[in-house]
Amino acid sequence: MSGLSQVLWILQKDLLIEWRARSRVFALISFALTTLLLFSFAVGPDTKALREHAGGYLWLALLFSSTALLDRSLRVEEESGAMDNLLLAPTAPTAIFYGKALSNTLQLIMLGVIAMPFTLALCDAALVGSPLTLLASLVLGSMALAAPGTLYAALTARISGQQLLLPLLLFPLIVPALLAAVKSTTLVFTGDPMEQSGSWLLLLLCFDAVYWSICGILFGKVVET
Amino acid sequence: MKWFHISGVIGVILLIIGHGMGLFVAPKEAMMGETGRILYVHVPTAWIALVSYLCAFIAAVGALWNGKRTWDASVVGFVEVGVVLTALLLFQGSVWGRATWSTWWTWDPRLTTSAILLVAFSAVLLLRSVIEQPERRMLVSSVATIVAFVDVPIVYMSTKWWNSLHQTMSSPATVSETMVTPLRIAAFGMLFLMLGFVGLRRRIELVRLEREWSLAPPPERPAALNLNEEGT
Repeated sequence: MSGLSQVLWILQKDLLIEWRARSRVFALISFALTTLLLFSFAVGPDTKALREHAGGYLWLALLFSSTALLDRSLRVEEESGAMDNLLLAPTAPTAIFYGKALSNTLQLIMLGVIAMPFTLALCDAALVGSPLTLLASLVLGSMALAAPGTLYAALTARISGQQLLLPLLLFPLIVPALLAAVKSTTLVFTGDPMEQSGSWLLLLLCFDAVYWSICGILFGKVVET
Repeated sequence: MKWFHISGVIGVILLIIGHGMGLFVAPKEAMMGETGRILYVHVPTAWIALVSYLCAFIAAVGALWNGKRTWDASVVGFVEVGVVLTALLLFQGSVWGRATWSTWWTWDPRLTTSAILLVAFSAVLLLRSVIEQPERRMLVSSVATIVAFVDVPIVYMSTKWWNSLHQTMSSPATVSETMVTPLRIAAFGMLFLMLGFVGLRRRIELVRLEREWSLAPPPERPAALNLNEEGT
């Protein structure tokens, strides 16, 4: 089986597992929406402030939800010893990584698409800029969370207290991606007269290129030991 | 006397000379006056913290490559000393910022990058502390160190685009020789002191690892092998 088919099989398997455990997906969506609601309460009824920071609230909600998502994507493999079986199948560790990272990316994009109208409604924001920029920001930002997140989830999968360690490792690492995603999303909500969104998307693209390569290389070492 | 003791002593002597020259020989900084003398402490701390993380990255690659305990102990030494230097750097930066910018903290790229470095590498140490199996710990901390180090230039670039208040970097060509010399001496002093501390920490970690590996139970045999031996 070629590398690409292995990636697609892993992707299909992970999405099927998530589909069969739909209650967990709904719990994740509820978590993201509750976080959005809490941000609105924390800031208060200042519509101007809410509108200005809507991009930040959306990405923080996605970031907090991503830890639960990433944690689960590797835990299902470790709990039943499925990771060893996958490796013995044999499946290339890089294919497992890219399959899982793609699955996590797709789920984060889905979460972002669902949370977007709620963000617009709660923060009284509107799409001033191009929806394509928003889509690019959502896709590239989700990819930026998924690649290092999948690697770190694998690193911490066999450790007690994983739920605390994963965000501790992941949050400082993804600061550049978070900044770029928040900035490019906010520019869609508030307008981009200086045309800065291209630079932020480029930064996200560079971050993705670096981490999708390096994490793919390191993942094999992590799961094979 | 071990090499790291000698390195530490050389470091302290050079730091005393460098800081002494910075305080009493070098001229006042044109814009900041006497407050500017903190640069003889602050700049070497920043340089050597980055050198420490770079060495940790190299040691982590080495540990992943050949799986030797000596590389693993080096990762611990460089990361721990790097974290201490970054904490010192943030403290010095805050004091300097208070005197020059009238604020303890600002979202300047270099300050933000230093804070993120401190959190990222502290998390590596925390992760290391919760893993009991030595082989797994070496692997996990090496991977986390490599990933955290790769992030440094991206964090710096992103925060630079985000907001900037820090003064632009000076080069020896634009700074008076009377200021460059104490700065260089202090930087070498900090480097030798860092190597001294890392050497000492590495030795302690090596002793601990040797003891841990000698006490560790032998790895379990795979179930398939047991079945074959029993002929079933």
